[in-house]
Amino acid sequence: MRSRRKIGSKIYVALVMVFLYIPIAVLILYSFNDGKTSVWKGFTLKWYYELFNNSAIMNSLYNTLIIAVLAAVISTLLGTFAAIGIYNMKKPVRSLVTTVSNIPIINPEIVTGVSFMLLFTFLGTLFNFEMGFATVLIAHISFCTPYVILNVMPKLRQMDYSIYEAALDLGCNQRQAFFKTIMPEIMPGVISGLLMSFTYSLDDFVITYFTRGPKFQTLPIEIYTMLKRRISPTINALSTLLFVITIAILIIVNIRERKTEKERMTD
Amino acid sequence: MKKILSIALSAVMAGTAALACTGCDSQPKEEINVFNWGEYVSNGEDGTLDTIAEFEERYNVKVNYTNYESNEEMYNLLKESNSSYDVIIPSDYMISKLIEEDMLEKINFDNVPNYKNIMDKYKTTDFDPNGEYSVPYSWGVVALCYNKTMVEEKPTGFDVLWDKDYSGNILMFNNSRDAMAIAMKLKGITPTTVTKDDIDVATKYLSEQKPLLKKYVMDQVFTEMEGDQAALAPYYAGDIAVMMTNNENLDYVLPEEGSNLFIDSMCIPKTTQNKELAEKFINYMLDAEVAKANAEYLGYSTPNQAAYELLDDEVKNNELIYPSDEYLSKCYTFSDLPQDVYDYMQNEFLKVQL
Amino acid sequence: MKSKAPSCPYLLWMIIFTIIPLAMVIYYAFTDKSGNFTLQSFADSLFYTDVFVRSLWIALLSTAICLLIAYPLSYIMSRAKSSTRNVITMLIMLPMWMNFILRIYAWVLLLQNDGLVDIAVKLLGLDVPLLGTTGAVVLGMVYNFLPFMVLPIHSVMLKIDNRLIEAAEDLGANKVRIFSKVVFPLSVPGIISGITMVFVPTASTFLVAQYLGGTGDKMIGDVIENIFQRDKNVGSAISLALMVIILIFIIVMNKFGDEEAAVA
Repeated sequence: MRSRRKIGSKIYVALVMVFLYIPIAVLILYSFNDGKTSVWKGFTLKWYYELFNNSAIMNSLYNTLIIAVLAAVISTLLGTFAAIGIYNMKKPVRSLVTTVSNIPIINPEIVTGVSFMLLFTFLGTLFNFEMGFATVLIAHISFCTPYVILNVMPKLRQMDYSIYEAALDLGCNQRQAFFKTIMPEIMPGVISGLLMSFTYSLDDFVITYFTRGPKFQTLPIEIYTMLKRRISPTINALSTLLFVITIAILIIVNIRERKTEKERMTD
Repeated sequence: MKKILSIALSAVMAGTAALACTGCDSQPKEEINVFNWGEYVSNGEDGTLDTIAEFEERYNVKVNYTNYESNEEMYNLLKESNSSYDVIIPSDYMISKLIEEDMLEKINFDNVPNYKNIMDKYKTTDFDPNGEYSVPYSWGVVALCYNKTMVEEKPTGFDVLWDKDYSGNILMFNNSRDAMAIAMKLKGITPTTVTKDDIDVATKYLSEQKPLLKKYVMDQVFTEMEGDQAALAPYYAGDIAVMMTNNENLDYVLPEEGSNLFIDSMCIPKTTQNKELAEKFINYMLDAEVAKANAEYLGYSTPNQAAYELLDDEVKNNELIYPSDEYLSKCYTFSDLPQDVYDYMQNEFLKVQL
Repeated sequence: MKSKAPSCPYLLWMIIFTIIPLAMVIYYAFTDKSGNFTLQSFADSLFYTDVFVRSLWIALLSTAICLLIAYPLSYIMSRAKSSTRNVITMLIMLPMWMNFILRIYAWVLLLQNDGLVDIAVKLLGLDVPLLGTTGAVVLGMVYNFLPFMVLPIHSVMLKIDNRLIEAAEDLGANKVRIFSKVVFPLSVPGIISGITMVFVPTASTFLVAQYLGGTGDKMIGDVIENIFQRDKNVGSAISLALMVIILIFIIVMNKFGDEEAAVA
């Protein structure tokens, strides 16, 4: 019975992975296409070479990654603490605040983008600054934090509060009790929130487009603005490299984790 | 889990720090903000000229090169944000609008000696009658692309886009101006400036077309036509030429009723903070070798005589890229429309598409 | 940790960066071009009711399919070893780090005539066009938002103690009862988060329909994007209407969730 369930699970996971990765395989395949067309013309590595020569794309990549990492980390911090604070509010206030915090998610991106642009322009003329890195970062944090809150809140609801109180009874001060009891409980939610924020920030086009100013360009904008003509396969090459690097990191870390798990079990 | 993330994060940060340092420079340089379409200048691939990098090196300046996706989006950013751009490359009708709204600087041609390279016929245009605010960068016509294996006889004009025999295999422009222009010209209206009544005529005609269409497309036209997925599509001449090199089943037709002649020109918006450097940039773009490299990368037609002469004969004789004067006389350009008329056009087209 | 203080930084942030843009939308929705109060923008936006309803319908469908696929996966993940679970999590997120447009184009190539998926489907005996259909749009939506349904649900399911399930088995419950009385109620908070994070973007997303759909598949997100740049008033009116409907949906769902969770 157990083994049948296990095989069933493995097949299910495999099927989902196939679904998720067939388009990625296509994407990777076309990074080797000799030609800018959608028709296969032969195998080549030239797009990888061109990629490193293309300073515009490299610059956009750098901008995109920095913003994504910073936005993810800051949103996660901001959002986790916000979730804790909101959780402690009385019900009517909590409902209101939760609803308001969901608004950036509910607003269509173009509306958020344009209203940010108007806001930043107004503030910009007042305080004499131009839009750029900072405004993009602020905009990204604004739309990422609600996702963190939505991921952390359910974990807070699930949590058995008495563990925290027990820790206080056993002599911990508030900070120690928090880190020893609450943090581990909500950590899966925090991590999910971090991952989601990073993902949303990485791929954002509309909001970034309206808040970037004349000097700042990110990768999604680079790609979207190719769309009147066509997307160069250098973008495919770039995506493939990111993919390979991430998989490599995954494999290395996983091997090490399995090793420590084995060691722990044989102890 | 934490471990994976912390390693990943540090790898990303290390990588990006490395990337940043490759571009590191300690001297502050003059900067220029150039705002252009995507994939619109030669970028150094396959050993061709890297236009922006070359300019940076030659004049020891930093170019902040950013892109926009449509004239309207560019206009929105220009008008409603306090961002300062030095050079922009909009299309004809948008330039006309910018001139009217006093958003462009007059160019000091003493700083642009290479202006002599521009063909005389493009020095003054409908949208810039005295040629004071803009310098042409590229031009082209709209033509019909068709798949020889899917279409029986060679079409003669855009009316074939309404042919029921090809129902389900016809593509159409996914933007109001280009789509309505085709419809209007077939109904005898010249789409240079239009009225709401003209738009109504076009709307009605386009509604008749909708059931026959496979899709409204812009960039997707490449995957559709090159992959033998559709039979007919109107698009810009230079892009059709590219599609034809990628699929030998494709051929083109210059419609007998004429089509849109579009010109994209370089302008200096009033928000510029360094007008002389902007003019230097424009002058650089007019250099024969630079203009030639851009024209070859872009695939569109160049208004630069000196660059034209450097092109391959095959390109010069290509009727699609350099149509005869006889065909050009049948073509029309787009002028700026009053805001409410233009909004009406876009709204009506959206309604047709729904 | 009973204090509300930790939320102060974000509350402040929210006031500036969430409420002000919202106020702008409300302002534009209720005024005309010259700033006078009017309901005309709402009246004009009634024209798009069909698109509206269609978009909500597609969003619901996509969300439901996401839930169906994600739920078993989340459960399997939550029962797996920590190292396996982490790997699966990263593998699910990884495709989302490849650019959105490239992913859509990949589906275009797969679904078009003689594309891999098209060939596979034809081999199964179904000779129907895949690209340019509402089905393709739903497929694209599910593909893009599946991870956002999996993450919150699996994170909540981690807490469901195996011993509870074993106890239920010992007490004689069959699979269905275990699911409906033990697993499902305990996973509700995660389901609600997941639905919120998937339904909302699918209702207002644009571009997916443009590439994968046919001429009749325009969604409200495409319409808003089209209109908003030239007519902030009608654009805001439509956005506000969309927002209100989605909010109502979320409030109703949360009420249902609170009841379910209370029972558990």
